[in-house]
Amino acid sequence: MIDPVALWTVIILLGAGSFALRFVFLGLIGDTPLPPWVLRHLRYTAVAVLPGLVAPLVIWPEATGGELDAPRMAAAVVTLGIGLWARNVVLSICLGAATLYGGLYLLG
Amino acid sequence: MATETTKSIFWRGVRDGAPFILVIVPFSTLFGVVATEAGLSVLETLTMSVLVIAGAAQFTAVELLRNDVPTVIALVSALAVNLRMAMYSASLTPYLGEATLGQRAWAAYFLVDQTYACSVLKYEQNPDWSIGQRLTYFFAVAVPICPLWYLFTVLGALIGNSMPEGLALDFAIPITFLALIAPMLRTRAHLAAAFVSVVTALLLNGLVYNLGLLVAGILGMMAGAQVELIDSRRAEREGGA
Repeated sequence: MIDPVALWTVIILLGAGSFALRFVFLGLIGDTPLPPWVLRHLRYTAVAVLPGLVAPLVIWPEATGGELDAPRMAAAVVTLGIGLWARNVVLSICLGAATLYGGLYLLG
Repeated sequence: MATETTKSIFWRGVRDGAPFILVIVPFSTLFGVVATEAGLSVLETLTMSVLVIAGAAQFTAVELLRNDVPTVIALVSALAVNLRMAMYSASLTPYLGEATLGQRAWAAYFLVDQTYACSVLKYEQNPDWSIGQRLTYFFAVAVPICPLWYLFTVLGALIGNSMPEGLALDFAIPITFLALIAPMLRTRAHLAAAFVSVVTALLLNGLVYNLGLLVAGILGMMAGAQVELIDSRRAEREGGA
């Protein structure tokens, strides 16, 4: 169970922080161009954080107590493969979920 | 038509935003389900969607909180996912900088991947648009997107509350993230960032306070920026030869 104080702290500060990130140039700094090296790093933030978050969840799934799990691994591979091939977020979620439940049904 | 009316620009914005409904509806529903499964109430889930309006950051925050990660780490990691918003903000400033402070504040609130992508494209194509027309287009793109984001978060939360246990929803977050990441891997630089991030996160998995993720994010960013620099220099050399 998530601690309510921690939860509301994150909800409010994440909201305020996200707004600050969106407002910082539009509202405060204005038309001063960013140094190219800063822009170059900002371009890769999402693609640098999300894979690091997801990798341990795939390799050591908590539902199996950290044991490598065939249906979950297959679902991850299918989701990533379809996403790379079709570049379609919703399609890859659907086929990944189908693989997961198909695998759990067959092997479970 | 030689000149576009503000009204026609508004409807063009709504039309350009409309296809994203197909992404927004399932994605916000899924967030509602996952958040309530993690223990959030409907009100908490909706508040998060209204205050944050950024799916990947919301999923990140819920996943980390669920795992009892310290509050500050959950917050910093979710904000790191949203750092790209600062880049959007910088990139739109030349076009929207002359708007009033209130207009810019509202534009900042509605600055999401979809409004940014549509607007920056149209602003480049239509350099003669007035500031009023630019704002009209920007907010018009948000019209079919943001209200549905809130609405389907609530629907997802209600579904999540009435869902039976044991549906393997533990894996909804990894699947969602993988589906989000794959289309981002457009260049060698993006691949390098993702690869370094994965390797670092796996090696540092045991680190206290989930600090491994922050280190992975920083190293991944540096890897992406470095590969981009190398590749652009090589392209320059080959172009000049």
